[in-house]
Amino acid sequence: MRIKAWLTKIASHLDYPLLLLLFALMLLSLFLQYSAAGEDTGKLMAHAINMLVAIGIMVIVANIPPQYLIASAVPLYTLGVILLIGVALFGDVVNGSRRWLHVGVTRIQPSEIMKIAMPLMLAWYFHYHEATLKLKDYGIAALLLAIPVVLVAKQPDLGTALLISASGFYVLFFAGLPWRIMLGMGVLAGASMPVLWHFLHDYQRKRVLTLLDPMTDPLGAGYHIIQSTIAIGSGGAFGKGWLNGTQSHLDFLPEHTTDFVFAVFGEEFGLLGNILLLLLYFAIIARGLSIATNAPNLFARLMAGSITMAFFTYAFVNMGMVSGILPVVGVPLPMMSYGGTAMVIVMLGFGILMSVKTHRKLIKS
Amino acid sequence: MREQAEIKHYHTEAHDFRRRIMIAAGFVVVLFLTLLARFFYVQVLEHDRYFALAESNRISIVPTPPNRGIIFDRNGVVMAHNYSAYTLELTPSKIKNLNDTIDALAQLVEITPANRKHFAKIMAESRNFETLPLRTRLTDEEVARVAANRYRLPGVEVKARLFRQYPQNASASHLIGYIGRINDADLVKLQNDGRYDNYRGTDHIGKVGVEQSFENVLHGTTGAEQVETDAGGHAVRTLSHTNPISGDNLVLTIDSKLQSIVEHAFGNYRGALVALDPKTGGVLAFVSNPGFDPNLFVDGIDSTNWNALNTSADRPLLNRALRGAYPEGSTIKPFMALAGLHYDVRTPNDTIADPGYFMLPNSSHRYRDWKPNGHGSVNMHLSIVQSCDTYYYRLANDLGIDRMHDFLSQFGFGKKTGIDMDGELAGVLPSRAWKAKHSKQPWYPGETVIAGIGQGYNLATPLQLAVATAALANGGLVLKPQLVEAIIDSGTGQRRTIAPQIVTQASITPAQLKVITDAMIDVTRPSGTASVASAGAPYLIAAKTGTAQVVGIRQNEKYNAGKMLATHRDHALFIAFAPADAPKIAIAVLIENGGHGGTVAAPIARAAMDYYLLKKLPKDMPAINPTGDNVNAD
Repeated sequence: MRIKAWLTKIASHLDYPLLLLLFALMLLSLFLQYSAAGEDTGKLMAHAINMLVAIGIMVIVANIPPQYLIASAVPLYTLGVILLIGVALFGDVVNGSRRWLHVGVTRIQPSEIMKIAMPLMLAWYFHYHEATLKLKDYGIAALLLAIPVVLVAKQPDLGTALLISASGFYVLFFAGLPWRIMLGMGVLAGASMPVLWHFLHDYQRKRVLTLLDPMTDPLGAGYHIIQSTIAIGSGGAFGKGWLNGTQSHLDFLPEHTTDFVFAVFGEEFGLLGNILLLLLYFAIIARGLSIATNAPNLFARLMAGSITMAFFTYAFVNMGMVSGILPVVGVPLPMMSYGGTAMVIVMLGFGILMSVKTHRKLIKS
Repeated sequence: MREQAEIKHYHTEAHDFRRRIMIAAGFVVVLFLTLLARFFYVQVLEHDRYFALAESNRISIVPTPPNRGIIFDRNGVVMAHNYSAYTLELTPSKIKNLNDTIDALAQLVEITPANRKHFAKIMAESRNFETLPLRTRLTDEEVARVAANRYRLPGVEVKARLFRQYPQNASASHLIGYIGRINDADLVKLQNDGRYDNYRGTDHIGKVGVEQSFENVLHGTTGAEQVETDAGGHAVRTLSHTNPISGDNLVLTIDSKLQSIVEHAFGNYRGALVALDPKTGGVLAFVSNPGFDPNLFVDGIDSTNWNALNTSADRPLLNRALRGAYPEGSTIKPFMALAGLHYDVRTPNDTIADPGYFMLPNSSHRYRDWKPNGHGSVNMHLSIVQSCDTYYYRLANDLGIDRMHDFLSQFGFGKKTGIDMDGELAGVLPSRAWKAKHSKQPWYPGETVIAGIGQGYNLATPLQLAVATAALANGGLVLKPQLVEAIIDSGTGQRRTIAPQIVTQASITPAQLKVITDAMIDVTRPSGTASVASAGAPYLIAAKTGTAQVVGIRQNEKYNAGKMLATHRDHALFIAFAPADAPKIAIAVLIENGGHGGTVAAPIARAAMDYYLLKKLPKDMPAINPTGDNVNAD
């Protein structure tokens, strides 16, 4: 009886509309991975296990009251920054980038932690300065945002740096960052483009250039974009059918289970499938924004809003890159790409969403 | 109040937040619609283009090269065939560091410096994205070792390939020729001939000999496989295929055993022998000595062997039978005698008095006979038996160069025989027109005189001599020499015999020919110039010896072989056919710097005739296996 009551309590902190949508996405993901991995049941099992772990973490986080989440913001952020500094000093170089840090037996990618720690930190900051919010607080928040972003960008991992800054920016935006400042930042960003270009690595410049014309380097940087666009385009309106994609099954498509899994999806399920996927994503985002709107306090609102928009950003950037309208950056398609860390981070975010959704009564009382 | 203000503040803030949420939602909608537009563009509007791209991405046409035809001798002995062996092949375009990969492979299988050098050479000549052999003929153990390590050696493959092999090694090398890797010059030729498509997937092409001249027959038709490939170019499955059609097999006219007997008889002499079947023009033996091992050339000859062959003073790569042009010397005399009869300049019984030299009217220059004091009274018969020079100096002078040229050219002198092998020389049968073309000087009567004994400008290949001799043996009928007797269709096994081809009938009568033949028979009898070499033959031989001057001898000098450079000594010539009463074989032999034809050239012809007519092996001939069982025909 006690266990049943305990389970009931746990279940009461889940948001069922959101959970249902996530399950739908996961089901789609399992079918997609089975095809993308070449009908490899072993890989499918690994993917399913990643999902179960991510669901478990989501359930746990959903049951953590927001005040504890608030309390974790500063330590988590500090830890993240320290680890990032550690990476800069002692990190492993993989594929020319210094992203991994050895911690005992395993190694971690601290930039992933920042995807959650960043909005958490900023939401914490605004939550405690809500009453006396001044323009300088936005400045401090911008600084808090800039430190990890610069560290990640120097690794170099421009994609993750942009995603982290996006998640931080969403907090600033929802916290009421004045429009004139945003406009000013936009102008500044535009003006600094040529300077930024100067600081980009050759391979990064190449990625941007190949986006403009992939055929300039069809066997090098343009290869990914060409092959993924061919995959999606050849899928047509209704797709080639599940397990019938040729581009991925014949290895023309690189990274077809991870970052480029959407090309397999587009090839096999066509425009119809893509619309379905967009709708599913949109429904999740809408649910997230609705949770944010109805959140009881600023922290909850900011977290829910930022996490939801970060989720949207991942999905948009990935699909944009795979379909050839954005440069190639290493961003997985949320819930669809193979990879445990990214999935855990995403589901952890949804855990926070559920936590702020279901603990509102507790806070109010 | 204060509480109310806070609540109001809360409300405005919440209101602002709600507005910002709506803005964010709008942002999401706009960007998702952008994606949707992009999807619509590539999946609907541009679908056909991308679909075609995806199809061509995965479907590639892989040529399947045909098996090259096998070459047999007239008795079915294999002269050239294919064997399957494992090769270690590298695709340079897929390998980052070639040297590292080769070093790694050297740990697994034996790779000699020669292998490396050879690989570097063929790589320099190769077409893009080609797979090139590093080492051939891997043992099973080596194959296993490479296979076990293949995962760490991208771009390395072990392939089972067909290799050309010449089981007779150096025997008949000039006749068979060899195949070699297709080079740029070959490619241009293939493209110009419109044969290029049929050579996709083929690495080798006939370079010389029959392998070259019958390339179109031997090569076959390339098939194609439509395969689905992955990005690495590995075939995943075959969608459709057209089988290649193997090249047709060739049956040569030569008797490989006769060939090797002759080669053995040559020993260290440089020279050539061509034996023909006078009734068909079929080449029974085609020897140019020394030869070479054609197997060395198949996958590109290494520089050591190449230099050895190329710089050797014996010039083993020169096909002397086809491309060696020598003065006919006294072997021209039977043909000259026929010309004399034909133009009624001589009757068989006309005699001349030979003082040992001939002088043109109003000239003191003595055209000397080989016999210093002359042959005395000489008729046509004796002029051939004793090879009297003075008789022919006078005959030539009486005939004149124009008639000589017209008559002798009927026998094929001065023009290509038309043999089914590329690169033959036409030799020189001098005429006024020829000289006008090659020199500003007019034709001098003295030049006619020496042309009468096959000296001066005269040049003929051993093949031409053999063809002319065969014509004597065949009633004056000149046939085109042929190396290939039949082509066997690889698919149906049907044998297509190549019919003899008549070039011309020389204008001679049987009576005239009998005079000459009788004299040539006596050449091989006691008192004839070839009596020693012909002694004891149980069949009649009709022959003529010859000695061709390599350097001029001054008026008051004597030819002394012992005092001369070896390469300035006379060439020895010998033509013969046998049995003289019913000829089955006609032979021309040339020995470079061999001296007198009857001494060194005739015994070689005799060995050939003894074997061909009597199946008799020379006494010193090592046991050879005429069935070719020693051939490793895997």
